[in-house]
Amino acid sequence: MTKIVIEPVTRIEGHLRIEVITENNEIKEARSSGTLFRGLEIILQGRDPGDAPIYTQRICGLCTASHSMASALTLDSAFGIADEIPDNGRILRNLILGAAHIADHILHFYHLAILDYVDMTRIANYDGGDSTLNSIKRLAEADELRLFTAGYEGDYRLSDKANMELVAHYIKALEMRRKAQEMLSIFGGKMPHNMAIVPGGVTATPTTDKMLSFLWRLNELRDFINNVYIPDILTIAEAYSDYFKIGAGCGNLLSYGNFELDDEKRFLNSGTVSTELKLSPLDIDKIWEQVKYSWYASSTTGRQPRQAETKPEPNKKGAYSWIKAPRYDGKAYEAGPLARIMVNYANGNQVVKNLVDSALAQFKLSPKVMFSVFGRHIARALYTKLVADAMPAWLLQLRPEEPAYIKSTVPEQATGMGLIEAARGALGHWIEIKDHKIANYQCITPSTWNLSPKDDRGQPGPMEQALIGTKMKDENTPLEIGRIIRSFDPCLACAVHLITPKGGNIDTLHIT
Amino acid sequence: MLATMKIEEFPAIWYQAANCGGCSISIFNSVSPGIENILIDEIIPGKHINLRFHTTIMAAEGNAAIRLLENSKKDNKDNYILIVEGAIPTAKNGTYGTTVNKDGRRISMATQLQSLAQDASVIIALGTCAAFGGIAAAQPNPTGCMGVDQFLNARRITTPLINVPGCPPHPDWFTGTIASLLLYGLPKPEELDEYKRPKAFYGKPIHENCPRRAYFEEGKFATSFGEPGCLNELGCKGPVTYADCPLRKWNNGINWCIGAGSPCIGCCEPGFPDLVSPFYQKLNATSLPL
Repeated sequence: MTKIVIEPVTRIEGHLRIEVITENNEIKEARSSGTLFRGLEIILQGRDPGDAPIYTQRICGLCTASHSMASALTLDSAFGIADEIPDNGRILRNLILGAAHIADHILHFYHLAILDYVDMTRIANYDGGDSTLNSIKRLAEADELRLFTAGYEGDYRLSDKANMELVAHYIKALEMRRKAQEMLSIFGGKMPHNMAIVPGGVTATPTTDKMLSFLWRLNELRDFINNVYIPDILTIAEAYSDYFKIGAGCGNLLSYGNFELDDEKRFLNSGTVSTELKLSPLDIDKIWEQVKYSWYASSTTGRQPRQAETKPEPNKKGAYSWIKAPRYDGKAYEAGPLARIMVNYANGNQVVKNLVDSALAQFKLSPKVMFSVFGRHIARALYTKLVADAMPAWLLQLRPEEPAYIKSTVPEQATGMGLIEAARGALGHWIEIKDHKIANYQCITPSTWNLSPKDDRGQPGPMEQALIGTKMKDENTPLEIGRIIRSFDPCLACAVHLITPKGGNIDTLHIT
Repeated sequence: MLATMKIEEFPAIWYQAANCGGCSISIFNSVSPGIENILIDEIIPGKHINLRFHTTIMAAEGNAAIRLLENSKKDNKDNYILIVEGAIPTAKNGTYGTTVNKDGRRISMATQLQSLAQDASVIIALGTCAAFGGIAAAQPNPTGCMGVDQFLNARRITTPLINVPGCPPHPDWFTGTIASLLLYGLPKPEELDEYKRPKAFYGKPIHENCPRRAYFEEGKFATSFGEPGCLNELGCKGPVTYADCPLRKWNNGINWCIGAGSPCIGCCEPGFPDLVSPFYQKLNATSLPL
């Protein structure tokens, strides 16, 4: 048996540690543990409830707009104004959230994930005229690729031409994700950490010139998504098609649905779905958080989120993570773009169905392969297109110069809940207000679902399950591990361990 | 080819502690130079910032990444720029934030950062958490977080420090600070304010250059979001916040907080967030400068 240690896992948000135990090149056991605790939920106690969107955005500088949205919905419900948000406010929130998701997904694919498949050193063969690529080429020739210095040599399969094109798109995508954040700031004020989303709506007022400015940035992004992002992901998927069979995970997906429309429905529905594509309605009362293996007081385990507590206990015996273990109906569930897409696929959403079926047609694969590393990447790209394509119609529903906000007061006592899809998956906020102040605030982020440690019954979390059973080509270049992990787009400062099996000799293999 | 061009290299290490990633994302939004120029090109002719370690974007992972970090430190002793993002957790011997195992023990961010800080030629504390503790150190500060300045003082480390706060900081504030280092070396004492911020960016209060200033003079105040008027009644911290946001604006100059109808929340100040919140509550008259 061999123990493989990867720390830090880079190209994710935060600090991540992986330890896997392998036997005959197959991953046998896994243990996921977050090692950074900031205690935002504790910091929120006693503060003015209206400030919650500003604090919770700072949970994560990537998912920031999603947190402001979940927090605003939580406060809308606690303040009793959920049904009174002006249409302008609802639409502007959707546009801000949509822009954030476009920026996040482009960043994830090109700047976090792609270097698992693209070999930057081959830029030395470039003979074109692009000045930026030539700058990289000069670095490569001097053997000084700096941040682009690859960790491993090994399983990179793209042709020189495809590889070069993807390096060029890496650079282009830096500009595109920046433009998506610029688009967001038209109504959001700035990004990261937008200032516009507040309980009651949005502080900004739409004007025609701003709508036009938003639309034309969106048009440019849609061109990029359709003509670069989606073709690129299919090019890589074709070269690495075995990754449709790797990293399946727990087989249960959960989505809260997203983007409230004028008929009180959501653009994408909530629900849960299994590998048999069996759809079930979402029942929030089935969510329980467990902490047996997390560094929190054991007295706080088994709570529903609205009664949850955050009592850190860094030296708790047997625990190995700062991440709690949320479970749905007692089981591990995966959150993310894959869940959003497959819930709505199973729900019979024709647009979603066409997108998935046509993407898979070229591989002659059935939708069940979506439960995989490349299923997650493809779902993320298709979701980006789905949202970007829907946004122009939302934009044109805005009424220029009309209010986007309704005033409200903080009640003496109340509870509230806000459930949305962050870019990385199901995001829930819960608040309890007493004496006009925050008595308790709890968040379950998508990475809490995906990177969770074992629960009280010993069931591993979704990403742990995706790692277990993976066959590795070469333990000295454990590319499979990074590829599986990054397919989840982890977004918490966190660390993942693999369990030490009982008995057996373990040699630690430090990857060099 | 590179060697013959005699490019002056400024090695740099970007270290993330108790952070949210927002500072990095903000710097990725830099327009001129773009982030690709910062990573690859000479951002000043003949001078190049050689960023060697940044966990969010670097290709290498695991031990290969750690080796890059350690070699960059060793090979460039007293000659590298250390960029710190996030506050430093110090409670319970730093156990709330750890980074690697060494000799069977977890190494805390505090230990790792102390070692990096000692051998740096200059430190840029990027963002309000790194500069002053920020959100991570907000009361009751459950993890004993502190900014770099306080952290260094407690350990008698005298490496020169420049604070570039903001939650997040504007990319121009970062690139401007870097360009100034590359061109002219360490800032002169008079170029920094009492909080070690470059006066070039943090020299004047938001209120002084605010496009809604005329409303303030006329006594016309908005009482609800979306209304015209000065945002003082809605809690604007512009009068006590020093930054050039109204002139520079954000995200390629497209907008800024007050431009979206939201009050300034004072995110560049040492008192953020505890002394400038509740954010939507009017400032005390006593704290208003004349």
